[in-house]
Amino acid sequence: MASRKTSHPNRDSEDKYSILLPTYNERENLPLIVWLLVKYFGESGYNYEVIIIDDGSPDGTLEVAEQLQKIYGEDKILLFPFKGTAYIHGIKHATGNFVIIMDADLSHHVNHYVLVVRKQKEGNYDLVSGTRYKGNGGVYGWDLRRKLISRGANFLTQVLLRPGASDLTGSFRLYKKEVLESLVERCVSKGYVFQMEMIVRARQLNYTIGEVPISFVDRVYGESKLGGNEIVSFVKGLITLFATT
Amino acid sequence: MTKLMEWLFGVSVVGAAWALVSFDLLDLSLPQTYREVAWPMPLYLLVSFGCYSLATVGYRVATFNDCDEAAKELQGQIKEAKEDLRKKGLKM
Repeated sequence: MASRKTSHPNRDSEDKYSILLPTYNERENLPLIVWLLVKYFGESGYNYEVIIIDDGSPDGTLEVAEQLQKIYGEDKILLFPFKGTAYIHGIKHATGNFVIIMDADLSHHVNHYVLVVRKQKEGNYDLVSGTRYKGNGGVYGWDLRRKLISRGANFLTQVLLRPGASDLTGSFRLYKKEVLESLVERCVSKGYVFQMEMIVRARQLNYTIGEVPISFVDRVYGESKLGGNEIVSFVKGLITLFATT
Repeated sequence: MTKLMEWLFGVSVVGAAWALVSFDLLDLSLPQTYREVAWPMPLYLLVSFGCYSLATVGYRVATFNDCDEAAKELQGQIKEAKEDLRKKGLKM
């Protein structure tokens, strides 16, 4: 009988990766993202579980999630239909010692997660952040205006906060579970600003932060727009962090 | 110390030094050249910083990588995923 150990060398380690997928109206993207996660994590041999936290989506996301659970098994796909702060809820139920937070809209290239996992092992980092701004990281589907706003905002953030990480608003991250728990406890903001606050607080608490260049593919099914509202809330968040951390 | 405090502190220190030299606040009788150089410094620094910012952001926008292969790869993966999920019985 062929030895399983030779085809899955990583399974011997005790590490388990809990992938949190907060979803809202992701009925179309959810199966694709789960399929990609199962494919890449399965191939890599790492232990993993996918935790879907649906915020009461009216489009039937939950039903699709239940179908996926039947296909892939309840030990691999966990479901928590629930309203409110998805992260806190998801972390409570995660059985892994590492937590990966992802967007379910396919903007993050799933195979980059294996790079993130490897980077963490390299330096035993408390937190690994995917960056669009360094190395061969980048974006697809952004026009000049969007790129300008992104780089301009990031420059402002670097000058004001000196955060020690190149990409603060990206949401492509791996955390050690206890690190994520302690950070989420301390963070008060939501959305873009929450992502920024996590890194800023991590720096404050002297957690080690690793970076991996990643690709951000914007909206497979269309183009996402950066509206005035988001810019305003970003600026408000930046000023708050500047004044309070 | 918050970042705001650090900035205020830094600005105060630099501001005090500048005022000291420009307006000869301590009656140090510094040579005229010191005062002439110091006086427009804040403006120079601001303008320099402005130029640096524009150059840096401009450079970064120009060198912002476009991930075309990643997008193509993703499209391929989506096709594959849809096929496979259909086979496994997913109703989309």
